[in-house]
Amino acid sequence: MDWEALTLSLRLAGWTVLILLPVGIWIGRLLAWRHFPGKMVVEAMLALPLVLPPTVLGYYLLVAMGGASPLGQWYQQLTGQPLAFSFAGLLVASVLFNLPFAIQPMQRGFEAIAPEVRDAAACCGLSAWRTLWRIELPLAWPGLLSAFVLTFAHTLGEFGVVLMVGGSIPGETKTIAIAIYDRMQALDMAAAGSMSLALLLVSLAAISASYVTTGRRGRRRDD
Amino acid sequence: MTDSGLDVRIAQTAPVPLRVELKCGPGELLALVGPSGSGKSTVLRAIAGLVNVREGTIVCNGRTWFDAGGHVCWTPQRRRVGFVFQHYGLFPHLTALENVAEALSDRSVDERRTYATELLRRVHLDGLESRLPHRLSGGQQQRVAVARALAREPNVLLLDEPFSAVDRATRERLYLELAEMRKELEMPVILVTHDLDEALLLADRMCVLSHGETLQSGAPYDVITRPDTPQVAQLVGLKNIFRAGVIAHDTDKGITYIEWRGRRLEARLQAAYAPGSQVVWAIPPAFIVLHRRDRPSRGERENPVQGVVGNFVRLGENALLSVHVDDASRPPLFLSLPMHVARRNGIEKGVAVGISLLAEGIHLMPGSGAGPLGRRRAAA
Repeated sequence: MDWEALTLSLRLAGWTVLILLPVGIWIGRLLAWRHFPGKMVVEAMLALPLVLPPTVLGYYLLVAMGGASPLGQWYQQLTGQPLAFSFAGLLVASVLFNLPFAIQPMQRGFEAIAPEVRDAAACCGLSAWRTLWRIELPLAWPGLLSAFVLTFAHTLGEFGVVLMVGGSIPGETKTIAIAIYDRMQALDMAAAGSMSLALLLVSLAAISASYVTTGRRGRRRDD
Repeated sequence: MTDSGLDVRIAQTAPVPLRVELKCGPGELLALVGPSGSGKSTVLRAIAGLVNVREGTIVCNGRTWFDAGGHVCWTPQRRRVGFVFQHYGLFPHLTALENVAEALSDRSVDERRTYATELLRRVHLDGLESRLPHRLSGGQQQRVAVARALAREPNVLLLDEPFSAVDRATRERLYLELAEMRKELEMPVILVTHDLDEALLLADRMCVLSHGETLQSGAPYDVITRPDTPQVAQLVGLKNIFRAGVIAHDTDKGITYIEWRGRRLEARLQAAYAPGSQVVWAIPPAFIVLHRRDRPSRGERENPVQGVVGNFVRLGENALLSVHVDDASRPPLFLSLPMHVARRNGIEKGVAVGISLLAEGIHLMPGSGAGPLGRRRAAA
């Protein structure tokens, strides 16, 4: 069992969720309620990672983060470290790759809130922040939870993009999915098996928590 | 421009065309009436600040909430309006008490609870404070919405078809409650409805809206019986709309004589229309009297007309009938009778009847320039 890889994967998934939560809430609300020119293009772009082969996305991200790219150069100047093949680079890739998994459930969650409810909040004198905190987030909670679980589980299991952008540097970019692949290549079936089981259990726990929470909410509403 | 009350003058061509002028004084209930899609709800939302219009001003109690020219546009929060939405817009995850308390966020937590409980008691919901909205009946949800709208002590109370989502029995009870509660309200109240009976029952004044344009304001009974144009006449549900020529006025008797289908009718004096001019006239069904078969009455001397019953439709305890005067190819007169009167007089399809058109109810309107609707609807 490669504990370092598991810890790294959990760290990557945690940071990805932490970054995508506010981003998803902001973009999800915007897409749910606002109409603006080019909205469909934005939605299509955000959904692109769903259909794009991970290696293709990984390739473009690698090009964009490489030492020859403006982004890569800027990051190198700022931190003295290269962006590609680093944890930071992996996190950027993970955030981009998970955009649809975070935003789409949140968008559906916010879309489910009746416009009259939001109008009522404004007429009740609630500020934008209080409306978000007291009305919108509790009502969009199932969408938020789905986004959380999907993003977390998807980050843990992602292989193609991680391999392209991060390689397999232990403690830096070697996630548990890569470690499983490495162990399989080395014909270490026992280690591959235990790590696969660990990943399966974590994913199962996350998805069960999501179902139990939304199910309990649903039952409470039906009381 | 008034210092107290609400003064609305707004206009735009898109997305929803609007040309609206209305006033509502403190404690006054103004019914905004019009067919579906006439822009009633948009006007209400513009007053609340939930939508922005392109031109005009909205002034409440001397404060300018909106002025397109001066780039003034207060937020809904700052305008402090009470809004009861068509489907109430209750916060589904909060209890009845929390729904009301949420509108009191500028008070301390204890004060919120106490005042929200008091408000729910005032709308007869004591004991149901901890219920979530989906566990309340339609009428109870409406009461929570009213309590919540009143919680902030609003400058204006806006009611958007608040009775449309409840059954008839509940609606009648809620009418009485609103009529009772109104006595204590000091702010302007605007009620959007497409139900004329609702407007007649509850409103002090009524404003008719069509295609986003305010056509006529006034006391509900006046608007319904004395519409300014044939278009308004049609919008307020008058079915008896015909063309005629003005013959003469008799100011001493208070009568205007008109010629309709070759017969002379007496109408209430309306000297604004010159003899010889073409007019459109209308008469509400309540001013058409059926001649009794068993004994003649005094009213029979007033514009007596003979005809044949065309259609006879029973609507609960009333009957709606059409009476063909002259011949069946021309538009008939419509009148409504209690069923027992229809039965006693043997009213059925094809029966010859005598009716009187009471002069007081004959209302004249301009015969031209009344808009396409008026020209189309007014029959010879």
